[in-house]
Amino acid sequence: MTATAYINARLLDPASGLDESGTLVTENGLIRELGADTAPVKDGAIVDCGGRVLAPGLIDMLSFSPDVKSAAAGGITTAVLAPDQSPVTDNAAMVEHRLKHRPITILPAGAATQGLAGVQIAEIGLMSEAGAVLFTDGRQAVADATVMRRLLEYARAFDALIMQHVEEPSLARDGVAGEGELATRLGLKAIPTEAEVMMLERDAWLVKLTGGRYHAAQITSADAIAAMRMAKENRLAMTCGTAAHYFSLNENAIGDYRTFAKASPPLRDEADRQAVVNGLTDGTIDVICSAHDPRDEEEKRLPFAQAAPGMVGYETMLPLALELYHNGGMDLLSVIKCITARPAEILGLESGRLAAGAPADLVIFDLDKPWRIDVEAFESPTKNSPFDGRPVQGRVWRTVAAGQTVYMRND
Amino acid sequence: MTKESKQTSGYPRARISPPSGEAFPYRHILGIEGLDPSEIQYVLDRAMAYADGEKGNARLRGLTQINLFFENSTRTQMSFEIAGKRLGADVVNLATSSSSIKKGETIFDTAMTLNAMRPDILVVRHGDAGAVKLLSEKVDCAVINAGDGQHEHPTQALLDALTIIRRRGRLHGQIVAICGDISHSRVGRSNIRLLSALGARVRVVAPPTLLPRDIDRMGVEVFWHMQDGLKDADVVMMLRLQNERMQGAFVPSTKEYYHFFGLTPEKLTVAKPDVLIMHPGPMNRGVEIATSVADDLDRSAIQEQVGNGVAVRMACLDILTRHLQGSTA
Repeated sequence: MTATAYINARLLDPASGLDESGTLVTENGLIRELGADTAPVKDGAIVDCGGRVLAPGLIDMLSFSPDVKSAAAGGITTAVLAPDQSPVTDNAAMVEHRLKHRPITILPAGAATQGLAGVQIAEIGLMSEAGAVLFTDGRQAVADATVMRRLLEYARAFDALIMQHVEEPSLARDGVAGEGELATRLGLKAIPTEAEVMMLERDAWLVKLTGGRYHAAQITSADAIAAMRMAKENRLAMTCGTAAHYFSLNENAIGDYRTFAKASPPLRDEADRQAVVNGLTDGTIDVICSAHDPRDEEEKRLPFAQAAPGMVGYETMLPLALELYHNGGMDLLSVIKCITARPAEILGLESGRLAAGAPADLVIFDLDKPWRIDVEAFESPTKNSPFDGRPVQGRVWRTVAAGQTVYMRND
Repeated sequence: MTKESKQTSGYPRARISPPSGEAFPYRHILGIEGLDPSEIQYVLDRAMAYADGEKGNARLRGLTQINLFFENSTRTQMSFEIAGKRLGADVVNLATSSSSIKKGETIFDTAMTLNAMRPDILVVRHGDAGAVKLLSEKVDCAVINAGDGQHEHPTQALLDALTIIRRRGRLHGQIVAICGDISHSRVGRSNIRLLSALGARVRVVAPPTLLPRDIDRMGVEVFWHMQDGLKDADVVMMLRLQNERMQGAFVPSTKEYYHFFGLTPEKLTVAKPDVLIMHPGPMNRGVEIATSVADDLDRSAIQEQVGNGVAVRMACLDILTRHLQGSTA
């Protein structure tokens, strides 16, 4: 394979703090060299980035459907696929089946419990050997405290990461919206933020008890962020993420029973949304994930309570994350870190950084370019996004995975 | 440390002053905990003699031994029965399934009833930790613990020690890896106590879910991986993993357990070449141990353990009835 030089790029690498104009050269699927003084290769191809940002390919720690074209269009080169598939990813054979390296990397998460039933520990050791990157029951919480304890204990032998859907199901029962004035006015069964806090705090005790590694998939409320902050102060092996819609939308998005804004956990009130922004800004929240969950019309054109939660996330993750930068709250490196270096660190990946020898997984994007999200232009097979028509800044221009261009916009 | 101070600080233990001034001054054998190395050695020395073929001269003739098993057992009960009979005792087995225990009698009432029949020695197994000790406080005769819950199984530990000594010549300094379900194992606990007391280096190897909390405080090295725990081991002692514990509550599946913790020839390559393989039985072939390992003629001592079990139980019955022997003949 010949070398490719990406010239005239703003090289942005949160892992090293690099932010400078220069050239990056890839060869044989790896980054060969990069920097302001790097000379373009003589024998290879040259890509003129036109001053755009060149960052590590995005790493998404939570998605529910392996729509690789959609992911590539969103600048994502590595996506963790939740085990709630059909059939469930709860054995080594299914892990091998779902593990993909092309066109982008799909890393299957193994089921934490057999059949996602929350009762029996799944084959964590065998699935780890097969390439499962973490273990979770996906959309459901591991509710039973003893099961969670044993999971965290058992996973230690394999240094496996347990990811939790942070919601106490016995308190969230039948709820479809965040509890508060809006849900009351709309007459929807609601879930209090306490369901999130209680589960997170319970799990913090279990992490303390077992010494296991734990990641809260999506944190969405001020109280849970406070609990997470406390857990980190206590040096527990806990990290957390949030999805883009928890800082870019609040519960008002479901007004008029808009099922496209139905999410699990539910959208919360404005104070919680601001807390999520603050949690990202101060580093309490480690990663931003897409929670990409495409749903067709049959699942969404239903009364709100019956509609499936979830939204297309791959293609909106980057521009929504960049809102945190454009709004002035976070510096650019910190924003990008949440979708590259930090998830790579938590997952133990080689990618997520611009460094000689690292995989040539790259995203090149126009940082400031204003545009409107248009679901009709999505690569995603479904169009269920509450962000249709939203004006945003920052757009993917080119996505490179293992040295190959897997997405390119012609303009 | 004197015996008296030991009684106040540790495990309360009925003591007698044996008329013959024997080196084992206890009325019961309820556990390994609290026994001095010299006392353990004394039992092992007697057992060694029986294992070498000493007949015992019907020492227990005229004495009554009752085997009271609240929990099902085939091997241990039979081993005690044969041991008693070889020594000439009248052995009675009380099957709890057909007895008044099934009709709701408390352990106290059972003890009082049996006591009234004036046995000379009681061999008791019970599913609850501490139950045998409780029973021993209510009877006038000697009691041998044949297993109480997840607490102790002293004769198993003694027979394991005897097996190691007979094969390897000594216990001191031997690296013994106890592998498998440590959490639920009385065999494991008794062995940890005995082997440590006699100077062996004891390791436990198990997934974290099968290791009880603070097990390292019992003086063992803890390992989660067979390749680490078996390295340079002189003895590998496998524990039985009960079926119901392999279905996801503690271990995901039989398949996964065998893959990571089953004793196979490949995993044994890191142990000493002449490593001794032991298992208290009954074995789950293909779960905790490969058939080729279990049946390895050179390295497996599993059949010898059964034979040594009878010798150890003869020694225990003998020692605890010294003051009665000959008086009723």
